[in-house]
Order: sequence, then structure tokens, then C-alpha cells
Amino acid sequence: MAELSVNLNGLELKNPVLTASGTFGYGTEFADFINLTDLGGFIVKGTTLYPREGNPYPRMAETPSGMLNAVGLQNKGVDYFINHIYPEIKDIRTNILVNVSGASVSDYVATAEKINTLDCIPGIELNISCPNVKEGGMAFGTQCSSVAEVVSAVRKVYKKHLMVKLSPNVTNIQEIALTAEAEGADSVSLINTLMGMAIDAEKRRPVLSTVTGGLSGACVKPVALRMVWQVSKVVKIPIVGLGGIMNATDAIEFLLAGASAIQIGTANFIDPSITLKVVKGIDNYLDRHGFKSVKEIVGLI
Amino acid sequence: MKKILDFAVVRNEILNSNMFLLTLHSDELPPISPGQFVNVKIENSPATFLRRPISVHDVDPVKNLLYLLVKKAGTGTRILAGLKEGERLSVILPLGNTFSIPEYGRCLLIGGGVGIAPMLHLSKEMKSRGLSPVILIGVRSKEDIVRKEAFEQHGELYYTTEDGSFGEKGYPTQHSVLSQHFDHIYCCGPEVMMKAVAGYAYKNNIACEVSLENMMACGIGACLCCVTDTHEGHKCVCSEGPIFNIKDLKWQS
Repeated sequence: MAELSVNLNGLELKNPVLTASGTFGYGTEFADFINLTDLGGFIVKGTTLYPREGNPYPRMAETPSGMLNAVGLQNKGVDYFINHIYPEIKDIRTNILVNVSGASVSDYVATAEKINTLDCIPGIELNISCPNVKEGGMAFGTQCSSVAEVVSAVRKVYKKHLMVKLSPNVTNIQEIALTAEAEGADSVSLINTLMGMAIDAEKRRPVLSTVTGGLSGACVKPVALRMVWQVSKVVKIPIVGLGGIMNATDAIEFLLAGASAIQIGTANFIDPSITLKVVKGIDNYLDRHGFKSVKEIVGLI
Repeated sequence: MKKILDFAVVRNEILNSNMFLLTLHSDELPPISPGQFVNVKIENSPATFLRRPISVHDVDPVKNLLYLLVKKAGTGTRILAGLKEGERLSVILPLGNTFSIPEYGRCLLIGGGVGIAPMLHLSKEMKSRGLSPVILIGVRSKEDIVRKEAFEQHGELYYTTEDGSFGEKGYPTQHSVLSQHFDHIYCCGPEVMMKAVAGYAYKNNIACEVSLENMMACGIGACLCCVTDTHEGHKCVCSEGPIFNIKDLKWQS
């Protein structure tokens, strides 16, 4: 048994395995399959100031080794989360982070302020990278100036762990990560989905109602690994790596590339118990190679 | 409680050019109610790496058998069609809500195409509870009729064929049995058929439930990909369905 705990700039995780927002509901959907307390933590569905119905169906397209989604941040709003969902999950003894999104800086700030009052939520993941909403979302995450604006504004009101989720749909991921760091992010998570598209040739129309959507799954892993590695060379804050992690080996690759922790997303759909298999697989790997702690392999590449 | 279980293929019976019946066995079989579905993993197929949602056709809780009636629709179901006896299949079950079975009243079950699948389980359960369901199946042609003997065991069975080669010619909504009185209608099939049946039910003020099959990713209400529009907003077909009362759907024109 190697030491699996990691410290993300003050956020203590019992192991480096988290779940990616939007792929894990509010955790309870997975309670039949795993003991949620055995996770390093989970990140709940993207939450906005006001309720959102999301985009029309169809919202999903399966592509080779990947899937496109265009859910569009469907959620019942932060007040509903606080009043109805938080009471149901707050006693689960793991780190529960809330993914926060918004259409404007003031939305992000107001939502973060509300989440800040919740004792059992040790951090938020600031989603400046959702490709599936018309306003806000990715628009904030693709320019250094708007990244600076939203991260600094949220930092002023949010006192706990601030993880900023980065978009891969940028020309220079290092600049964006450095900006988030400079404005007070405690960690960065990357990558959100890659903007993509699927076409039904027989029907001569796009598969998704929104035409474009966010690509995830095994096919994005090489891009995600490259970006984690690039960012690890320039920032001092911890990196949470995600993008196409389907098994323990994939997770280990992200740790080697410089991530201190990882998130599992699309793989939860195929195997709802994959997270704990990955925890075990990392442990086995560390034992097999004689490492005493998972920290020893972070950034070896 | 939902489970991920390994099933062994006991039998894979080819029924016609595009339908097959999988009989699966597991040492453990959780209780499954009519209308629920399972999510099946297709091994070694990167193009269909997401699980395939498939209606439960029948269950044998004594022998721990699960029956899936499947239509070859794409890569995933074609791979399933080629499964051999003894091969293993990872299945998540039971998923989704169930048809509501009344204590009394006349029930009409309408199935079209592979949408007949859940109607066998439903008619069997109804019969075991003392109801006498009427089953109406719509197909294109006589060659498309499968599992007729199985359905005959659980209810009064009628057919429509589009070419008139068996039963009454036309669509289920044109069948003469509809002139009888029904208290409840249950329907699964192509959306155009379900909408026509729903229209009939609205018009005649008959309670009606339909089984939807939107594209899914997770099957457990986590990803919110498979939503349908309802009067209460978007609902997940996988976890809040697949069975919906038509009065909750925005189908009425």
C-alpha cells in the first residue's frame, strides 16, 4: 500500500481520483455502484445562478472512441442546489466540489458567494470552459483578459479552494493557466471538452441540436496529456488532469505529465465503478515500481 | 438497487433477418419490473464504446434468465447479434421506471417493430395479476412477426401489417379492436406510431403510457443527454423514464 493522499494547495484528498463535473450527477446516482467516501472527491454538475433547461435534444453523439455532448449546463440553479441537493450529500465524507458557471461575471460571483456559505463544500471548480452555452462559459476561458476578470472577481468573494477549469480550445494554454494562477486560482483543472461536430450523412444534417458540442472520451487523451504537460512546465499551483482517462494507466500518465490529481469523466458512463478501480490500479502501479507515495510520480516527465 | 453484472449467453436465437433473441444467465438477477431496461457493454468496439440501452423482453426469476429482444440497428446491435453461447456480457440493471399496472380495467398494449419487446414482460405481469390484456402489434409485413407464440400466452393478440399480409391491413391506430372500450393504453414503438397512439388516447380520454428510447450515454441520470421535453421541463428518459404518461409530454398538437 503506497501513500495515495495528495494535498492540492490546502485541499486534502485521500487519493488523487476525482470525478469530472457533468459526468457524475450529484454523486448519489453512483451510490449503488461505489462507496462515495472512497473517492478523493467528486465535482457536482455545473451550477448556475438561475435555473437552466439546457439545450434541446439531441444532445449527444457517439463518435469513434469518444462522444460529443451539448447538454448546455442544465441545472436547477444554485438556490435549488443549496436547499434540496446539498442537504442530501453534505454528510458524504469526501471532498465535494461544486462546478460553477455563469453567463456574466456577476453571475459567477453571486453563485460563488452562495456556495462559499456551505460548510461541507471545501472548494469550487470555476467553469470558464463550457463550449455548449451561448453566453459565458467558454467565452470567458479563451482570452487572458476575460480569464483575469472572472477569476479575480470570484477570488475576492470566494474564500475556499478555487480550482479553475480550463478550455482546450485556445492557442496557448500556458498563458491562460498563468493568468488563472496570477489572479489567485488555487489549482487548475484541464481539459474541458474539445469543441467538435458530428454529421449524419444520410439525413444531411448535424447530429446535435446545437450543431457543435464538446468532445470527450478516450480520443481526447493525447491532447489533454500534452496540455497538462505544457501547463505543468509554467505554473506553480497544482494541476488536476482530465480528458479521456478510461483506466488506471491513463490516470498514471496524467500524473507523470504533471497532474497532482485527476478527474474521471466519460468512463463513468461505461463503468460506474471505474473510479475505485483506478484508485486501486494507481496503488498497484506504485507498489510494482517501488514508489512510496503517489506524489513521487507527479511530473516525472 | 442497480448492479453491474456479468451475464453468460445461454442462447442467441436469430428470429428473422433483423431480429434476434438473447437469453442471458447470471448467478444473481435483481428484481426487474415491466418497462425497465438494461445497459449492455459492447466489448472491443471503439465506435460503440458507450453501453447500449435495451428493453427487458422477459425475465425468469427462478432460473435467473434475462431475455432481450434486439433489432440489428447499428454496429453495436450487430455485434450482439453475433454473440455465441457461453460468451460473456457486462450488463447494468435494472434501469429506469416502470409501467404502472392498474388494479382493474381493460388494458391495450400496442407495440410496433422492436417496440414489442417490453410488451411481453408487461402482458405477463398483467396476466399474473388477474388482468386480461389485449395486445396489438403493428409490423410492415408477415415476415416481421416474431415471438407470436410467447405473446399469445399472456393476452388476446391482434396484428396489423402495412401490406395486409397478416391480420388487418394498416397501422395499429386503424385496427378494429380500437372500437372496443379500453381504460389504459401502453405503447412502445417508433415515435411516429407512439404519437399516433397518443393522439387516439387524448381524443378518447384514455390513460396512456409510452416508452421512449432517446440516445443515452450513462443510463443512470448522470449525464443529462437523453432528455425529453415535458410540461415540467427536460426530464431524463433513462432515470425519470423511459415510461412517460402522455399527459406529461409535449406531444399534444
